[in-house]
Amino acid sequence: MKLFIMLCAVMYSAISIAQSCTNTLTGYVIDLHDQETLVDATLSIEELGNTIKTDAKGKFSFSNLCNGATYTLRVSHPLCNTQTINVTINGDTERSINMEHHLEELGEVSISGEARKNGGKTAIESQLSNEDIQANSAGSLGDALNQLSGVSSLNTGNTVVKPVIQGLHSSRVVLITEGTRLQDQEWGVEHAPNVDLNNAGSISVIKGAAGLQYGGDAVGGTIIVNPKRIPISDSLYGETLLTGVTNGRGGSVTTTLTKSYNSGWYASVQGTLKRFGDFEAPDYILSNTGAFERDAAIRIGVNKYSYGIEASYSIYNNELGILRASHVGSAADLANAITNTGVPAFTEDFTYEIDAPKQEIKHQVAKLNAYKRFDNIGKFSFQYDYQQNNRLEFDIRRDSEDVRPAIDLELSTHSASLDFEYTADNTIDAKAGIIGRSQTNFPNPLTGVRRLIPDYDRIDFGVYALGSKTFDTWTIEGGLRYDYNFIDAQKFYRTTFWEARGYDVLFPELVVEDLGTQILTNPEFTFHNISATAGIGYDFNDLYSLTANYALSNRAPNPSELFSDGLHQSAARIELGDIRFDKETSNKVSVALSRKHKNWSFTVAPFANFISDFILIEPTGSQQTLRGNFPVWEYRQTDARLLGVDIDNQFRVSEHISINNQLSVVKGQDTTLDLPIINIPPVNTTNRITYTKEKWHNLKVSVESYYAFRQNEFPDTNFEIFIVETDSNVLVDVSTPPDAYHLINLRGQLDFVVNNKSTLQVALAVTNLFDTSYRNYLNRQRFFADDLGRNVSLQLKINY
Amino acid sequence: MKTIKSMKTFMIALVAGIIAISCSSDDDNTPEVINEEEVITTVRVQLANDVGFTTTLQSVDSDGDGPEAPVITIEGDLFANTTYTGVVTFLNETESPAENITLEVAEEADEHQVFYTPADGLNITTVYNDQDSNGNPLGILFTLTTGEASNGNFTVTLRHEPTKPNNGLADAGGDTDVEVTFDVTIQ
Repeated sequence: MKLFIMLCAVMYSAISIAQSCTNTLTGYVIDLHDQETLVDATLSIEELGNTIKTDAKGKFSFSNLCNGATYTLRVSHPLCNTQTINVTINGDTERSINMEHHLEELGEVSISGEARKNGGKTAIESQLSNEDIQANSAGSLGDALNQLSGVSSLNTGNTVVKPVIQGLHSSRVVLITEGTRLQDQEWGVEHAPNVDLNNAGSISVIKGAAGLQYGGDAVGGTIIVNPKRIPISDSLYGETLLTGVTNGRGGSVTTTLTKSYNSGWYASVQGTLKRFGDFEAPDYILSNTGAFERDAAIRIGVNKYSYGIEASYSIYNNELGILRASHVGSAADLANAITNTGVPAFTEDFTYEIDAPKQEIKHQVAKLNAYKRFDNIGKFSFQYDYQQNNRLEFDIRRDSEDVRPAIDLELSTHSASLDFEYTADNTIDAKAGIIGRSQTNFPNPLTGVRRLIPDYDRIDFGVYALGSKTFDTWTIEGGLRYDYNFIDAQKFYRTTFWEARGYDVLFPELVVEDLGTQILTNPEFTFHNISATAGIGYDFNDLYSLTANYALSNRAPNPSELFSDGLHQSAARIELGDIRFDKETSNKVSVALSRKHKNWSFTVAPFANFISDFILIEPTGSQQTLRGNFPVWEYRQTDARLLGVDIDNQFRVSEHISINNQLSVVKGQDTTLDLPIINIPPVNTTNRITYTKEKWHNLKVSVESYYAFRQNEFPDTNFEIFIVETDSNVLVDVSTPPDAYHLINLRGQLDFVVNNKSTLQVALAVTNLFDTSYRNYLNRQRFFADDLGRNVSLQLKINY
Repeated sequence: MKTIKSMKTFMIALVAGIIAISCSSDDDNTPEVINEEEVITTVRVQLANDVGFTTTLQSVDSDGDGPEAPVITIEGDLFANTTYTGVVTFLNETESPAENITLEVAEEADEHQVFYTPADGLNITTVYNDQDSNGNPLGILFTLTTGEASNGNFTVTLRHEPTKPNNGLADAGGDTDVEVTFDVTIQ
């Protein structure tokens, strides 16, 4: 807090004092509710009788004003109530005006001006609009985010899709939904984010740790799911999206119904249902890959100028089949699967049924948030939320009558936060806040399978301050955060493992009880992490701008990195963590050069991420068990370097035709061993040509080409195993990446006016048009089966 | 000033709330120990010939998928040109009393099959002596016949959900529950 006050003081003193009537008044007109700037707002100074409008960035500027004089400023906007305010000129004055923005169009959100960024002014950020989200309504969050440059995904089949930001994933990616940091056991590579995409208004991705207000450990980046905006007007409106798909022979339906009042009160309910059977590769059925998702959310609150309060609850329920052919009992089974590139061993007729192996996930969030605005100071927001994540993973058991899950985890998290946002001056963005969190993980012992993640209690505490100041063409930014993490775990170790690791000598004090073959231990960990960000932005002219950002982040090791100590059944490998791990530290520099013009816009954003004590898992040998030989994958810490560039290009060829081009490159190197890092996304490029014609029912047709190169930089992690049938050793090739592939996708949509309140949008889309057989390096099931074949989907969207 | 004061009160209340929430922690309940139920720790092949000589091939991995390797023991000699009656037993000895998994395998005979694979050069042939409900071999009971003196690997494999019937391990598929290789000498 002190730091923040100092920061403000420094900023204010920078404003110089001048005399006579040569001063300017500049600022932005801002929508109070979502903090977006308003284009075409009309401003007039009554005393002088001059009228101007805000420009495309929502900025206004009056000149020749007298120093010390007070003027009456009238601000109006077609969608807002007109405001009159008094402004005293003190040198070249900067003053921004907040307006209550009432949306006229029901449900339809017209985004004018540039959406305000979530991660500060110099952070490298990409956004997905509501339209992009809706086009992926039947897919998952990861599928939708895949469209952004620099964002790829680590998949387990086609339903478990984990976002990867500039080569990093899992615990290195922080997910914020409506202000809540999602606590959904994100450490696991086969754990997809437990979020209903359809509940999102827009999604932002901050590439790197610049979003300090969200956490200091986002070594990869932060994904921010913003809620849908609700207008302050008397209205009742809804939106329903129906999607049917051929691949999976299923579809989804999602509906939002919102009631709002002029007084600011509102209530909104949303529900989603998705049902798919087995998906299909071009040449065969991918048996047991269906999904059944049921989600609901409710919000109720009041949104006023000076205060607001909202209570909300959401539930996410998903049942996901895991490709049956990907379940292997031993390394020999894995070797057989890899050698067999044809039809997988387990391929049955299409069914909607989902059997083991499968996941059943339930995530619930109950939340209360409130804000209060203090004139000329800023806005305080308070939030409390409770999250409960239940994860059941069903494996194929020896006894098929045994229907117990192999993994049964319940993660409960209470969080409370208080944030302050300085809003008195639009040239200064400043925020500060504190957050406290308490978490309990309970692995249910009824599974009869040793716990993958132990019982633990965790306490987190964080405090941050960040600010930016915009001068005429320059922006400077800085932020600091401190995090405290405390983990108190109760973990059963196998005595043989405890001794083989030398823990009996290193940590005898952790032993609580010796049960013979197992020992109960009580490891406790405390981490103090400092993270920081600094950035600078420069506008060359109306076209070109450059930003540079540096972020320091620290991440405490996650439970699986610390505690893994045995067979990970579904992966057919023994995974070993290490309780001696220290935190991971990342130093990342990102630069972006942008050009913004209606005919040609681009962003070129290179980055360099240097991570010390980077935690990775890789094969280190093999171990003999009664099931045969198993590869041992051990976590280790090393120094890593990730370099890359993301390029976005948009051309408007003519009034109706536009071309989009994206290229993402990332290279990962283990600098200690001088070897490439495993599972780094290959270079990929997306090119799309879009034809639009408003006269023909808003016709929009696009053809998209997606090309993924082969990943040529990978470590050799192959290992040898004994094959009984041939009485000889064979090399199991788990490292060679699959070939490059090229997919063509089509999409066309039309809008129809049903009546003055309702519109209907019809969209037809085809993905993988030529039914190309391919395998994706970042799909954990690439050893077992091809990726998805052609899919035709029809989507109907009705606003009413 | 009034704003500042109300702001202060507001903040104090909220900070107090956050601290209260952060510090509420559950009582330390000791978690229940889990004895791995899915593991097979012991594979025992017992062979007996007509004149009462017995041979036992045994592999015990008491820490399951822990770091210790299985301990393999062979008791009794295998004689050349002899017919043996064989039975295999699977146990989970991490549980007390030990769970006899052979019973489970027998109960779900149609979902399991035991394979006996002699390496080339080891003069052994095996014949199944038991069947599942579909008339396909199971392999808990079998007959083992030795040929001339030789030595080599003899592997016992238990597959879960193999394709049945099959022509042997190569086209059986399924998941491997047990795969134990014994270095056997026929005298």
